[in-house]
Amino acid sequence: MNQIPALIRVFAYLSILTVGGGMAAFPELKVLTVDVHHWLTFHQLIHLYSVGQMAPGPNMMMIVAIGQWVAGLLGAVVVLIAFFLPTALLCFCIGRLWNRLAKWPWRTSIQRGLAPVSIGLLLAGCLTMAKGAVTGWITATLAIGVLAIVLRSRINPALLIGAGAVVGLLALR
Amino acid sequence: MHRKATSESPAIPPRGPGPVAVEATRPGQVSIPGIFAAFLLIGATSFGGSVVAYLRNSLVEKHKWIDDKTFVELLGISQTLPGLNATNMAVLVGDRLRGTAGAVSAICGICLPGALIMYAVAIAYHAHGDRPLATAGLKGVAAAAVGLVLATTVQLGRKSLSHVYDLVFVVLTVIGVNLLHQSVPRVLIVVGTLATLWYRPRRGERAEKEGTGP
Repeated sequence: MNQIPALIRVFAYLSILTVGGGMAAFPELKVLTVDVHHWLTFHQLIHLYSVGQMAPGPNMMMIVAIGQWVAGLLGAVVVLIAFFLPTALLCFCIGRLWNRLAKWPWRTSIQRGLAPVSIGLLLAGCLTMAKGAVTGWITATLAIGVLAIVLRSRINPALLIGAGAVVGLLALR
Repeated sequence: MHRKATSESPAIPPRGPGPVAVEATRPGQVSIPGIFAAFLLIGATSFGGSVVAYLRNSLVEKHKWIDDKTFVELLGISQTLPGLNATNMAVLVGDRLRGTAGAVSAICGICLPGALIMYAVAIAYHAHGDRPLATAGLKGVAAAAVGLVLATTVQLGRKSLSHVYDLVFVVLTVIGVNLLHQSVPRVLIVVGTLATLWYRPRRGERAEKEGTGP
């Protein structure tokens, strides 16, 4: 079955939901790719998302992996374009209008109003992911440990995720 | 053609003689391959979540293409609009430097390395992902990643939340998505509209009172 149109629809839609960061779209990403289209399992999604946190660049590049699984190279390219084109175009247009919007009083209201909602969406995404990733006391300790270390030190987080892999290999087999 | 971006947006105000520490490059001077190469390098080296620090390091400090004030302003736009900060910043900075072509080369540059890596990961994971050893490692990676994204959210929240009311909207959003299982766009529209109305433009003193919270 040709999945390309579904890939375009799903990822163009998810694109618009990434308010505040990629994590904001995670709950919908889970529903659409796992529950609706069965492109991968919840655990596979969490694994890909987590590995994606180690890759450089924008932190949602794991979508390329979903595209590759569903429809090979074409799927990967299609997903990339569907996911980044809508928001890039919007940002391009609003970016040029931004200074003209400065006098519009609602601009500040929208900015102030969306700030807490975007934080809430990011938190909601974290919780959705935690439900799948935190399954016992070892994983809970790992998650809280990384949270505390990142907040208290300037260590590169990619190293901590690497350390997570080592802990997993030693303790979660 | 080169000046298209400048005519659209007064990106960098022309500075007169004076104590100017960072002399930002004039738009139009930067070459398209130069923009692509700079963003490709950011896309290939920004390990560890926060691309913003790498962007600032390259664009403001190394290349001096934009000054700090412009960087913060563009970051504000990036965070308000949907889309990832990294790609929104690429579009905005690329447009300021060389118009449409600059925006296209910047976003392609920043996405390419990560996309190639995840393409390879997809193939490797498909072939070996269900081996017990790989699954064990990935469980650890996933738990650590939860901690990392949570930390990123906390850091962002510390910067952007200033009011007790802000916390109410954060909690409402989380309840909507995680407890009531409403779709993200529905929550976004409902709570977003509520919050925007709460911070609606007000006249005079009320608005100033709002600004000087606890």
